[in-house]
Amino acid sequence: MTQAVATHAAPKSFIRRYIFSTDHKVIGLQYLFLAMVAVAIGIVLSLYMRLRLAWPTERWPLLAKLFPNAMAGGTISPEFYLSLVTMHGTIMIFFVLTTAPLGGFGNYFLPIQVGAHDMAFPVLNMLSFWVTLAGFLVLMAAFFVSGGAPISGWTAYAPLSAVGEIAGPGLGMGQNLWILSIALFCIASLLGALNFITTTLNLRTKGMSMTRLPLTVWAWFTTAVLALLAFPVLLAGGILLLLDRVGGTSFFVPGGLIVSDKILPHKGGSPLLWQHLFWFFGHPEVYIAILPGMGITSHVLSTFARKPIFGYRAMVAAIFAIGLLGFLVWGHHMFVSGMSPYSAIAFSLLTLSIGVPSAIKTFNWLATLYKAQIRFTVPMLFALGFVSIFVTGGLSGIILGQTSLDIPMHDTYFVVAHFHLIMGVAAIFGIFAGTYYWFPKMFGRMMNETLGKLHFWLTFIGIYAIFIPMHVMGIAGHPRRYAETAGFDFLAPLQPLHVFITIAALITAGAQLLFFFNFFWSIWKGKKAEVNPWRATTLEWTIPSPPPHDNFGPQTPVVHHGPYEYSVPGAAEDYILQTAPPAPTKA
Amino acid sequence: MAKPISSLKDIETIAVGSRPPGRPDDSGRGGRERPPSLPEGSYRLAMLFALASIGMLFLGFTSAYLVRQGLGGDWQPLDPPAILWANTLLLLMSSATLHRSRAFLRREAIREALWWLSMTVALGLLFLAGQYGAWRQLAARGIYLDTNPHSSFFYLLTAAHGVHILGGILGLGYITLRGWRRRLILMGTPDRLKHYDALVGAAALYWHFMDGLWVYLFILLFLWR
Repeated sequence: MTQAVATHAAPKSFIRRYIFSTDHKVIGLQYLFLAMVAVAIGIVLSLYMRLRLAWPTERWPLLAKLFPNAMAGGTISPEFYLSLVTMHGTIMIFFVLTTAPLGGFGNYFLPIQVGAHDMAFPVLNMLSFWVTLAGFLVLMAAFFVSGGAPISGWTAYAPLSAVGEIAGPGLGMGQNLWILSIALFCIASLLGALNFITTTLNLRTKGMSMTRLPLTVWAWFTTAVLALLAFPVLLAGGILLLLDRVGGTSFFVPGGLIVSDKILPHKGGSPLLWQHLFWFFGHPEVYIAILPGMGITSHVLSTFARKPIFGYRAMVAAIFAIGLLGFLVWGHHMFVSGMSPYSAIAFSLLTLSIGVPSAIKTFNWLATLYKAQIRFTVPMLFALGFVSIFVTGGLSGIILGQTSLDIPMHDTYFVVAHFHLIMGVAAIFGIFAGTYYWFPKMFGRMMNETLGKLHFWLTFIGIYAIFIPMHVMGIAGHPRRYAETAGFDFLAPLQPLHVFITIAALITAGAQLLFFFNFFWSIWKGKKAEVNPWRATTLEWTIPSPPPHDNFGPQTPVVHHGPYEYSVPGAAEDYILQTAPPAPTKA
Repeated sequence: MAKPISSLKDIETIAVGSRPPGRPDDSGRGGRERPPSLPEGSYRLAMLFALASIGMLFLGFTSAYLVRQGLGGDWQPLDPPAILWANTLLLLMSSATLHRSRAFLRREAIREALWWLSMTVALGLLFLAGQYGAWRQLAARGIYLDTNPHSSFFYLLTAAHGVHILGGILGLGYITLRGWRRRLILMGTPDRLKHYDALVGAAALYWHFMDGLWVYLFILLFLWR
């Protein structure tokens, strides 16, 4: 049963169709490709850092060709190392972990999964991508200005980030470009988020009640709300920071500050104020990165376990709870900033309470797998990998969430290991699961299964080989963001671990080439995919691959079923499409 | 049959849940109906969320303001430039003219509605000019952005609010021009008029919010001690 709607014809010209397109699917792919470029750059930067840590005195004349000014003489100076830290973090967090899962997959699949023909505001959607791209290009420009990229970390702590070139290379023009880039990103996120929210609430097709939305949509919707409320606070902080740098104000710079034997004219500002504004955004940002991965994981696990997701409503509630609590825990990033112990207790308790919805999700995933006939496809492997890494990274979060443990661990490799697992790698596994899962729909061809499995195992083992030793180093007291540890005798025995981690990182990064090869090779040479190769239930599997310009053609789908009706007793197949005719009601 | 979402109350209904009785699970027929085109309520809904976002920006500024004020030391409160009272009046008047314009639009008196809309845009422009005048007055007293934290915040908050007002003027101006150009079509087709009314409604929501925001900022800057 369908109903007719007015269709809009696909644009004819190449530019309107593929470049300045308002089609959510093209925009989704644009976001994905941007994230691919960004992740490649981000990985290269991290390998430079790893080389410096493993072999501190080595010269790399070949690698210096990429950064002729910063790597004069082929060595990675401590200042250059810090700029690598900053750019790696900024690129990965904003232009990979926020861009791919939400901007990429969210744009491509949210309208289809709710049964809409496009987003609510296609032009705003197009703008959101182009403003994001502008933000990325401005950030990249920081590498090429005098002084190079900023050295203040992705958190840009004041006063270091607020006093300008005098405090170090990259803190002049480079830092200004960093702030501008982030501001553009904030604005782009707002435009994108408005679309996600309005489309989810208002453009659902007939029969698509809120409780029939796939968990992916719930995750994207919640993430959009988080982005909508968190990014403006960062924007506010960024504007204040820029004024401190170029307007002579003193919001963050305290009085009497002496840098390089010069007393600065600022007076009375508060560096802590920056930390509050930054982390009020920064912690929700962690969930902006991970929630879409949770949605994709739920979706994929249910598909390949051939079972309904366990506790659908609890899953939705947990997504909401994580989103809400995410706004109340920013202080845990500042336990050593001299805050009142009473505030620290409150932040600590709230932080630990995030363990509850996280555990609900984890146990629901495990219950979904319990007694299931699991099909170990590549997307399933990555979804299982997500669960594994989410648990591993989450456990160290429970450790760091307690003030008494955080104070000795703060700013050590333990923290680096924790957040890389939980927000970096877990989110990346979510992206991989989504890519392998939806590739047949996006390009009409299958990715190579063998290459995919090889990619998974190398990545999965590689990631643990990189980050488990980091926990150990952190417990031993190895500080983060140090390029040079030669002066610290107690760190000397940890050097072999650095070498081990670097080798693991090189191998893991190499394994990603398999993915890129598989991806681009499959676009042209992959095995032709059916409409519904995974025998899944949601709306995207009811339309051709790749989907036509307006998704459902002149007809609008009508939904009669929930999103995860697998192995329903009495059904002809082991899955029921959401658009299948309703089951006869029992009298 | 539920109607499309157009207010916070509807969102609340979804959040709290309003499943019809007698449906123990989601396997049955039914669910929400929606018109197949973009519901006009979407403009309003998106605007509500956009305003939530803008509200967070100014909340961020507010928290910085209160913290910085609490640090004391170099904080020297400004006397408000006299012109601000006039500006505030202008902006409040613009909200009134906009309200009047919408009333005419609902009665399908399109020409009058467009006149009042044009008046709103003009008042908005006057307000911006007045804000610039306030900056000139302060500068004449030798008070600049970096003079002391209170003046920093004054320039910052008025500029941030001014940028949003400018955005509102551009939006309202575009809608007004479009209205003048398509006046005759609007008069003839109820559907188009409904769509136009939804556009004006979303813009009005924004404009009234900016108006209220200015009153709030004025109180924060000068009356809150």
